[in-house]
Order: sequence, then C-alpha cells, then structure tokens
Amino acid sequence: MNMISVQGLHKTFNKTIHAVRGVDLEVAAGEVVVIIGPSGCGKSTMLRCINLLEVPTEGEVSIDGADLMDKGTDLDLVRAEVGMVFQSFNLFPHLTVLDNITLAQKKVRKRSKEDAEVEARKQLERVGIPDKADAYPRQLSGGQQQRVAIARSLAMGPKVMLFDEPTSALDPEMIKEVLDVMLELAEIGMTMVVVTHEMGFARAAADRVVFMDEGVIVETGPPDEMFSNPKEERTKAFFDQILP
Amino acid sequence: MQQLEAARGRAHVPLKRRAEEEAWWQSAPWWVGIIVAVMVAMGLKILFDEDYDLAWKNIIPGVWITIRSTIYIFLIALILGLLAGLGQVSNNVVARNVARAYVELVRGIPILPLIFTLALVIIPDVSAAVGAENSVPNDWRAILALALIYGAYMAEIFRGGIQSIARGQTEAGRSLGLSRRQTMRSVVMPQAARSIIPPIANDFIAILKDTSLLSVVGVLEITRRTRQYSASSFKFPEAFFTMTFIYLALVLALSTVLTLFEARMTRDRAGER
Repeated sequence: MNMISVQGLHKTFNKTIHAVRGVDLEVAAGEVVVIIGPSGCGKSTMLRCINLLEVPTEGEVSIDGADLMDKGTDLDLVRAEVGMVFQSFNLFPHLTVLDNITLAQKKVRKRSKEDAEVEARKQLERVGIPDKADAYPRQLSGGQQQRVAIARSLAMGPKVMLFDEPTSALDPEMIKEVLDVMLELAEIGMTMVVVTHEMGFARAAADRVVFMDEGVIVETGPPDEMFSNPKEERTKAFFDQILP
Repeated sequence: MQQLEAARGRAHVPLKRRAEEEAWWQSAPWWVGIIVAVMVAMGLKILFDEDYDLAWKNIIPGVWITIRSTIYIFLIALILGLLAGLGQVSNNVVARNVARAYVELVRGIPILPLIFTLALVIIPDVSAAVGAENSVPNDWRAILALALIYGAYMAEIFRGGIQSIARGQTEAGRSLGLSRRQTMRSVVMPQAARSIIPPIANDFIAILKDTSLLSVVGVLEITRRTRQYSASSFKFPEAFFTMTFIYLALVLALSTVLTLFEARMTRDRAGER
C-alpha cells in the first residue's frame, strides 16, 4: 500500500480562488517526491492538504491507510506520524531548542522528560548542532533554526516528512547545511514530499519529480528525464526560465 | 555673507551645534518628590488634626470592603475574560457568537448605568427566575455587576493577545500532533502572556478605582462612607481629602506591586524574543 494517497484533490479559498484543481498523487514508502512549479501554482496548498493543515474542498487523502477525510479519524494521531517543516521554521520562541524538541514528545507520545531529552539530543546530533540544546531559537542562524525544526519533527518518529520550501527563507550560505540534512534523510529511506526551488536537490535526492502549474500536475517522472527531456510544453517553458 | 552675519545678529561668532547632555536637575524624577510631599502632608494632617482624624476613623472601615471587592471582582473578571476571549477565537459558532455578543453589549453601555441595571434589575431578576429570590446579598450583586463589566474588557485583551501570535505557531503545534487545547496552552498562551499581562494589570488598578462606583448601589466602601460622614458632619474638606488620600495610597501600593510582578513575568529570559 502507498504511504500517501491523494485522489481528486480540490482546494478552493473563499469560494473564489481555486488553488488546487484535481490532483492525484501516490507516494510509496521510502520514496522521495519533489514538487516544483511556478509561484502560486498550488504546490504548497497541495502539500498542506496532505496533513490537513488545509482542509480539502473535495477529494480523498490517506496516510498509511488512515483516511484523513473521515471524521472518525483522530487527526492529532495521524499528524504525529507526519513531520512538517515550514519555510518560516516556526520554532517556538519562548522555549529552548531542547524544549522545542521535547514538547510534543511529552504531550503526544507521552514520553518521560528523560526519554524525550535523550531522543532530542540524538536528533540534534543528527542535524549537526548538538551544542545548541540550551539556546533559544532567536540566538541561532536561519540554517540552524531550520535544522532544529527538522530535528523537532524527526523526534516524533514520523513515517512521512513534508517540507514546504524549507530553504526559501535562508541566506545562500545556509541552504547547503539544510539540504545536506535532507539528503541524509532521503538516503536512510525516509518517505519525503518536498516542495522546493532547489533543482540541485531534486536531481540528487528525488525518486520522482512532479511539476505543477495552475493547480494541476502537468508532468511527473524521474529527475533525469524531467530535466533533460520534458514532454510537456509548459514544463519545458518553466525549465527554460529557471535552468541556466 | 553680510546678510548671513546680520542674520546671526552678531558678527564673527561661530554657531556650532553641540549635543546637549541633560543636567541632573533636568532628568531627576521630581514628580516622585511632588507625590511623596503631597502624601506626607496629607498623612501629617490626618495624624495631628482632630477633624481629619475623625474623618479617617469614619472612613477606614470601608477600606477593607474596597480591597475585598477589588480582589473578588478582579478574579471573577479574569476568569470571565479568559473564557470570553477564548470563546471569541473559538471554532464553535455558538461560543463565538455568545462571547462576541457579551463583549459588544457591555462595551456599548457606560459603566455607571450598567451597574444600576445589572445590580438592581438583571442579577436579582435572574436569581428570582432560577427560584432563588433574594439569594444574592447586595454587596455581591454589585461585585458581580462590575466583574461582568470588566470580564468583557478583559476578553478583548485576551483575544488581542492570542491573535497577536503568528498563525505559523499554531500550525507548527498542530502538525506535531498537539491538540487545539494543547497548542493553545503550551504554544500560544505562554507567548501571548507577554502582551496580555500589562493591560490586565492596568485593569486591576482600574477596578480598584471603579469600586467607588459601587457606592451608588449601597456598598459601604470608601466613597459611600465618605459621603455618609460628610453629609452628617458637614466636614466636607476633611472627609474628601482623607478619601482621596486613601485611594491614592491604595493605588500607589497596588501599582508598585504590579510593576514588580510584571517585571518578573515579562523579564527577558536569555535570548527570548
């Protein structure tokens, strides 16, 4: 069974803005899918529909067999299995890095303080900033903050990780440190859906690239094929604009 | 050139700008001295003038009632305000509209007429309607009336504080699997507290001062006692100056305590925003 299954997804804002117009997307366990497309094409909205941060206007979304559109499904439980990394990090500014990472472990996973801290330090080690446990988010660089955000999600032991333009708010020299962490995750077999403008990452890590425009999936395929030999005119036009 | 010199008034005196440092007497907090002087003068008057001492003895039993009313009103209003504030940002249609209607109704009516209406009509009628006629003593009608009024004011403070926290914070909490309630308590509220505490402290002081309005519905607090004493003794200046001295002392004491508390609660923890 597929880890993520999205079928016939529509999302309309205020009954007028039709952001997503019928998207089907299946993601297998361990697969890395990169979603690209011009600004405002609905890719972020689509991603946010996967963990129901946006409630779809129409369509089906299921994660690891759990139907998210079913009102009987406990969304909080499903969301604990789906890590989300935001463009603007969204760390909790009133908590230290360690408390940022242990909060949901304690409240949702019901882990003891000690267990949660052990897990938090393990994840901080993985993202390469074990010495920042006691710092406040504000004291960190953008790249470090984003790595803490990734560690915070990983500490929940998610089955899926969603990334919503994780490097778009970063200075150029910090983009690499975040992408390196993401590449490592891809290598160990994490199921990932990544909305990004980083074509280098797509080339290196993606099993499949999805090109979206005007709320629909225009074309999908392995990265080499997509980049070197896009079939659709719109895809070609997009690459012509962004690739050197 | 000549014109310029003429404009300066005197020739050959270079005009240079200089950053002016304030002298100590310019930056000293004289206003503290003035208030202390007023307080000391009034205090001495009460200590050594028999007429003032008599006024003081007649008014002072009201102080306890004023303080007690202030504390009850503040605590009840705090709870009402929190509930109505959360209600206004709730997803529940009923809760949202009830909270909104309560806040708008109270804010649309001046305090004094509303105290009359609540304390003399609505609260007795409601208690009678639920079969407990005359069950609310007069002081409590007045306390509940002002608590209902300040509850609505505080609701706006809570709502504003909660809504000032970026939406991304809630999204981050929810996407980690925290429930709405957990996100509100562990993520939003601690951050909102910083902007909520100062205006709430402000309302605490306002409540202390507005307990004087309860005198109109027969609560024997400071103002009521002052009016009774002055009307029977015709010692108006003695009674009214003593009354204002007591209020000022109470407000200064409370605001000092609250300033210290605020400083503790909103102190920058290392590096926090």
